[in-house]
Amino acid sequence: MIKVNNLKKCYSDKPVISDISFTISENGVYGFLGPNGAGKSTTMNIITGCLAATEGTVEIGGHDIVEEPEEAKRLIGYLPEQPPLYMDMTPREYLTFVAAARGVKKDEIKNQVERSMVLTGITPVRDRLIKHLSKGYKQRVGISETLLGDPKIIILDEPTGGLDPKQITEIRDLVRSLGKDHIILFSSHIMQEVQAISDHVMIIAKGRLLVSGRAEELERYLRKKPVLRIRTRTNRAAAEELLHSVTGIEEITFDGEEEGITAFHFTADDENGAAESVFLAFAGAKRSLISLEHESMTLEEAFLQLTSGLDTYAPDPQASSLKTPDPEEDEETAAVSGREEDGIHG
Amino acid sequence: MVNIIKKELNQYFKGMFGYFFGAVLLAFAGIYTVMVNCNMGYAGFEYTLNNMSFMYLILIPILTMRAISEERKQRTDQLLFSLPVSMPEVVIGKYLAILIALLIPVIIIGFYPLVLMKYGALSLKAAYINLGAFFLLGASLAAIGLFVSSLTENQAIAAGLSFAVFLFTYFGSNLTDYLPGTAEASLAALIAAGVIIALILYALTKNITAAAWVIALSVTVLTFIYRRNARIFEGLFAKFIGSLSLFERYYAFARGVLDIRAIVYFLSVIVFFLYITVHSLEKRRWS
Repeated sequence: MIKVNNLKKCYSDKPVISDISFTISENGVYGFLGPNGAGKSTTMNIITGCLAATEGTVEIGGHDIVEEPEEAKRLIGYLPEQPPLYMDMTPREYLTFVAAARGVKKDEIKNQVERSMVLTGITPVRDRLIKHLSKGYKQRVGISETLLGDPKIIILDEPTGGLDPKQITEIRDLVRSLGKDHIILFSSHIMQEVQAISDHVMIIAKGRLLVSGRAEELERYLRKKPVLRIRTRTNRAAAEELLHSVTGIEEITFDGEEEGITAFHFTADDENGAAESVFLAFAGAKRSLISLEHESMTLEEAFLQLTSGLDTYAPDPQASSLKTPDPEEDEETAAVSGREEDGIHG
Repeated sequence: MVNIIKKELNQYFKGMFGYFFGAVLLAFAGIYTVMVNCNMGYAGFEYTLNNMSFMYLILIPILTMRAISEERKQRTDQLLFSLPVSMPEVVIGKYLAILIALLIPVIIIGFYPLVLMKYGALSLKAAYINLGAFFLLGASLAAIGLFVSSLTENQAIAAGLSFAVFLFTYFGSNLTDYLPGTAEASLAALIAAGVIIALILYALTKNITAAAWVIALSVTVLTFIYRRNARIFEGLFAKFIGSLSLFERYYAFARGVLDIRAIVYFLSVIVFFLYITVHSLEKRRWS
């Protein structure tokens, strides 16, 4: 349905996004996650044909967005970051205009407008001027605009931005319910939000697509293995020998030596078990440990580290392992994929 | 496209712009009719229209200023970009809506000569040919105003800029009397005009090669012609400026003459400005 190929956009020769490729073929909620300025809006503007890419192509339902814009745009409902509303119209007038522009048949316009107003809960304000509506209602008028003409794809740029908690919950519920029979692509810079409502997550930072996978896997990907750090008076060779003898720890790294004290860190799946084993191994060899620390990161910290610590994008080995679906999970994970051949089935 | 026209008209006549434009134009048509036809006793409606044509300087910018600038300001241009409608459709739709808003008072003015007929003899043919030209003049100015509106997101700037451009076309013919008529001065001024066109081209397209070509071409062609026959350049710049004046073209209809060349000129101005308006909008998508 959506096929994005090597998108690149430069503003006066400075790239703001590059090498963005993904394919979406199944209905569901797809979250674009990334800090502000990561290139989410730019990518969405290109997908919807509001902005031309410097390089790369976008295909919507087999129609190239530049070559056959009208066919492609008929399949998309788009809500930009700032809802594009005519302030001097009422929601009903506004929606009628958009429905007609999307090519909805004359006798169906009224029904469709009515239905989208009911779905988004704006029926009570349908005859008030949009400029007099609250921000939450304006946002909902914007969302109901995307439903007109029954587009298969709905793209929402930060749909919950600037709303109060109750409104946020309502919009999230709406997005989730729409995801059952649409492809919903929405962006957010809040990780919990993306995690809460999306089936699939794509993390964008510094204009690159870092991760693309199922929401459950996001946590597994972000929550890297726990890291343990030790300091000991044992010399490097002996300590490494001891550490290698302990089962269940990996990636043993020597961090340096200062005044006879050596420092190491390593990862373990079971951090408590590993800590005990290391302690017992050193004790058994009559070696002392000066310190043994757990280094744990919250999901949020891990996300921040992933997205902000990058000056240039270096492919992470774990990222690629995520992009390749496990054989058993093939059917589901394939829907979002960094490689096009994975996206075709399902 | 009908949908765009409907939306625009809805916006014009929901707010005060459409009514304000029509009311002021009609009010002045009334005042001028009383003054020219009744008090001064001129037996021709074309004199009335000729005299009041300068009202366009203020009224057309009011009609066109918000057409595109407001879409940019409210970010609704993003909606238009994402809808399955093409840019020419949007621009032509908006333009036709402006023409309808202009046509309504013009049609009402069309009844004035009939009323005047009751009180004396006047040439209806001359009156209606002139009224048609009056409408065409307004339509050409509206096309320019629409283009100016696509350059900024500030209505007031769009209105001011349109007013300045219209003023230039209004006084253009008078200004030519003060321009130096020598061949050298004309050559220099025409080259300067070429450079200005190149700079505008560069500002619109950011294409430095095209701009350089325009400069190079205008300099070589102009100096070549100048070397061959300097006499042609005498007063040429003044003629050039004079030919840009839309109002001057309109005055050609004053005696009720159907001036085909002027009609073609007006239509070319309309097509040209609608074309560059479409480009000015498309450019934003590419930059």
